[in-house]
Amino acid sequence: MPHNFPPDSIGLVTPQTLRFEQPLALDCGRSLAQYEIVFETYGTLNADHSNAVLVCHALSGDHHVAGHYEEDPGKPGWWDNCIGPGKPLDTREFFVVCCNNLGGCRGSTGPTAINPDNRKPYGPDFPIVTVKDWVRSQARLADRLGIQQWAAVIGGSLGGMQAMQWAITFPERVRHALVIAAAPRLSAQNIAFNEVARQAILSDPDFHHGHYYEFGVVPRRGLMLARMLGHITYLSEEGMRAKFGRELREGRMNFNFNFETEFQVESYLRHQGHAFVDRFDANTYLLMTKTLDYFDPAADFDHDLAAAFHRAQARFLVVSFTSDWRFSPARSREITRALVQAGREVSYAEIPSAFGHDAFLMPIPLYHDVLRGYLTRVAQEVNVHAA
Amino acid sequence: MRPELELISEWIRPGARVLDLGCGDGALLAYLRAQRQVTGYGLEIDPANLVQCIQTGVNVIHADLEAGLADFGDSSFDYVIMTQTLQAVRRTEALLDEMLRVGRQGIVTFPNFGFWRCRAQIALRGLMPVVKTLPYQWYDTPNIHLFTLHDFEQLCRRKRVDILQRTVLDHAHRPRLGPKLWPNLLGEIALYRLGRA
Repeated sequence: MPHNFPPDSIGLVTPQTLRFEQPLALDCGRSLAQYEIVFETYGTLNADHSNAVLVCHALSGDHHVAGHYEEDPGKPGWWDNCIGPGKPLDTREFFVVCCNNLGGCRGSTGPTAINPDNRKPYGPDFPIVTVKDWVRSQARLADRLGIQQWAAVIGGSLGGMQAMQWAITFPERVRHALVIAAAPRLSAQNIAFNEVARQAILSDPDFHHGHYYEFGVVPRRGLMLARMLGHITYLSEEGMRAKFGRELREGRMNFNFNFETEFQVESYLRHQGHAFVDRFDANTYLLMTKTLDYFDPAADFDHDLAAAFHRAQARFLVVSFTSDWRFSPARSREITRALVQAGREVSYAEIPSAFGHDAFLMPIPLYHDVLRGYLTRVAQEVNVHAA
Repeated sequence: MRPELELISEWIRPGARVLDLGCGDGALLAYLRAQRQVTGYGLEIDPANLVQCIQTGVNVIHADLEAGLADFGDSSFDYVIMTQTLQAVRRTEALLDEMLRVGRQGIVTFPNFGFWRCRAQIALRGLMPVVKTLPYQWYDTPNIHLFTLHDFEQLCRRKRVDILQRTVLDHAHRPRLGPKLWPNLLGEIALYRLGRA
């Protein structure tokens, strides 16, 4: 069937899978004997393999970051507005890689995968993985793809944390790290929201201590509640007011005690919750929130973030959004301050936006100008010899 | 701007660590990096300038100078530079203090309000001066603190700030004999290198 994608679209894409047979030792003390990583690539790797860019996904993201699938051409990847020929992350210049992280539920080995030890889904027996574990698994993927050094590692939110960790764990393998709407570690408030989300899932009667696959059910209500709560933290008060106000679905209040959705914002949250349950696994959600909670690269360096960055060699771009209260600009300034203290090269941009945390996925002109400006320099740097 | 860049560059030790307050499009930092192999950052508030710096490959940090320099440690830079910015900030004195806290030395440049053309426009026409270095009307100017060389040096004395070096440029932005002899009258732009006493 012919498709009509705009000229700056990557067009149709297909995911690939690589199997890793060498055990991966994890931070929790356990190891994964074997695992699979599903990923997508766009653009062409240049002759000296210097133009590869890794995009890291956030809490609920996956490897489908741009382009369209044949079977669902209407729905592009989650950061399609930023990646493609002529877009800020230009696929004519870069070879873009994005993988589904370990513990995910979109194809890479995670709680829904079959545990080779007992031929049953891992479920809650899947080890908790950390950002550092992800980075190590991504490094193995890079090895297999023949990429010694990334031109850039890019990510928003939890993805930005991976970009930071990459620069600290593998200093010589990252030329540039783009850390967007991230934080050097979670605040007590961040962890509190994660805990309520987890409790929503854990207290669902269909959860069965995480073994719900065996009962042929999913903890729908719990996962839906977790996602609804999450969505509140992704938006800003201002953005919610602009989008929903106090609009009533039927134009009047019913004063009923049945709690059907009356306000538009209720309907939006329920929709987001429902849609999420169909595409996401509750155990993965639990695991990813713990991964977030545990992230603290400074902990390995006497809780001195500047000391952690001291070993990094990458140049950094740090970006935040004014109305983001999940990982506010103050958190990005913490990162920037530590980078300056460590003597690293860094630029920092604070983008005015009413979209809250979600802004990192939006095509805000100034934001995209900043990314485009930065990545154009990176492209000149790496493609100068390879042209 | 060019002669100003060159003069500042001559004052900078090669390989120094530099912070440029209100760095604009990053021209000075790019110049110093090429001429003096400096490292460092610019602080800038204007989004268009920010994008320009990033495109040029100049490290730029989005920041409001009025909020101070709390993100930077004491003596964490060899030089803190402020070109044509001091007259446009609200908390001039506080920023001068911050500059000499964060930098071992400070370099400031500003338009001299004592320049004869400014004096003449007020004295003869009774109007606020509009000159090449102060090109705005009184109602739309970003320059909210206008001062002369004497004003500035008085402040330095009062604050016990050492003036290590001074260059005064004439209207052609050249350090000629005229402004050397009568700096506060014939100088249009002043450059100072400052230290803490």
